[in-house]
Amino acid sequence: MASLRDIKNRITSTKKTSQITRAMQMVSASKLNRAEMNAKAFVPYMAKIQDVVASIAAGSNDASHPMMTTRPVKKTAYLVITSDRGLVGGYNSNILRTVSNKIRERHTSNDEFVILSIGRKGRDFFAKQGMTILESAIALPDHPSFADIKEITRKAVGMFSEGAYDEVYMYYNHFVSAIQQEVTETKVLPLTDIKPTGATSSYEFDPSAEAILEVLLPQYAESLIFGAVLDGKASEHAASMTAMKSATDNASELIDGLTLSYNRARQAAITQEITEIVGGAAALE
Amino acid sequence: MKTITVNIVTPDGPVYDSEVSMVIAVTASGEMGVLPGHIPTVAPLGIGAVRLKKENSTELVAVSGGFLEIRPEKVTILAQSAERATDIDVARAQESAKRAEALLQAKKDEVDFKRAELALKRAMNRINVYEGNV
Repeated sequence: MASLRDIKNRITSTKKTSQITRAMQMVSASKLNRAEMNAKAFVPYMAKIQDVVASIAAGSNDASHPMMTTRPVKKTAYLVITSDRGLVGGYNSNILRTVSNKIRERHTSNDEFVILSIGRKGRDFFAKQGMTILESAIALPDHPSFADIKEITRKAVGMFSEGAYDEVYMYYNHFVSAIQQEVTETKVLPLTDIKPTGATSSYEFDPSAEAILEVLLPQYAESLIFGAVLDGKASEHAASMTAMKSATDNASELIDGLTLSYNRARQAAITQEITEIVGGAAALE
Repeated sequence: MKTITVNIVTPDGPVYDSEVSMVIAVTASGEMGVLPGHIPTVAPLGIGAVRLKKENSTELVAVSGGFLEIRPEKVTILAQSAERATDIDVARAQESAKRAEALLQAKKDEVDFKRAELALKRAMNRINVYEGNV
């Protein structure tokens, strides 16, 4: 049986750990709040842009754009959104597992696809597997603004237009609730299914529908990615909060158990001492 | 006087929401003034200032990259970035204008040149809007 002091040491160290995890839980909770607000602030923009794109697509059938046409797929790009650091429970492993499975299903060689990574964990994972990482963005702030991810979205959309790859799939954790996040797959490019969110109206186009699509579609695709990043960030903070909460719970359970055995050991020591004293006194008589 | 609702929205959230009597924006094909009751129109925007005329005042918003959606009773501007004159960080704008100018002086390859040109345009736009001389 461990000595009294050993148990005491373990109790103190576990307590300290639980203080840290509790603090991290609270930090994540407040970050989650802000991330949700950011995601909400983005909704009107996305809804509007979707409306306009849909009404152009619905209104004039002759308005086409390379970003809307499906071409034979020679190369696929996977845009994977992960976090930069660990301590977020299953957040990263879920997404990385899903992507590797999909890749194994669809491709036989590493030449058939490329990876675009947002987040350090994803980049490191795919680099270790020997896959081609065409572009990556790491060290994003906790509450990214559009300017922060503009660089990678512009490149991701630009390389599609230049023909570096012929389709883009995006993977991220969709925020369902504080305790549930879902790995989601979205086809970003080519834009084939754009659905109107509300009633569409017909517009005049100045100078022409094609010219508008030229501006609008890259912006739309970039917005899709930005929306996913915001969603992913909310999920990340939620996952981190849940992970830290269960760590704190586990620590207090551990402390309870240790305290029990500490008290038992203490009692045993006292009992032993009394027995020794009584024994000694009896021997003197 | 008739008014029209103006909404300016960016990916980072709404920037402006108010009733005005006239909107003047720089579109790809030139300056465009919008009065209440305009026919539904969509037009891409360049880098420039959007002027929002009220009864006896004019507000300025610096906008870059986006488009203008007009309905008879509502104008929506979707831009990648938009700042009201009061929100502009003019020191930063001056800083980036200087940086862009230095890059233009250096005259490197084509891509950098274009980018610097755009950056300079954006910075100058911000400074102009801040100073109110548009």
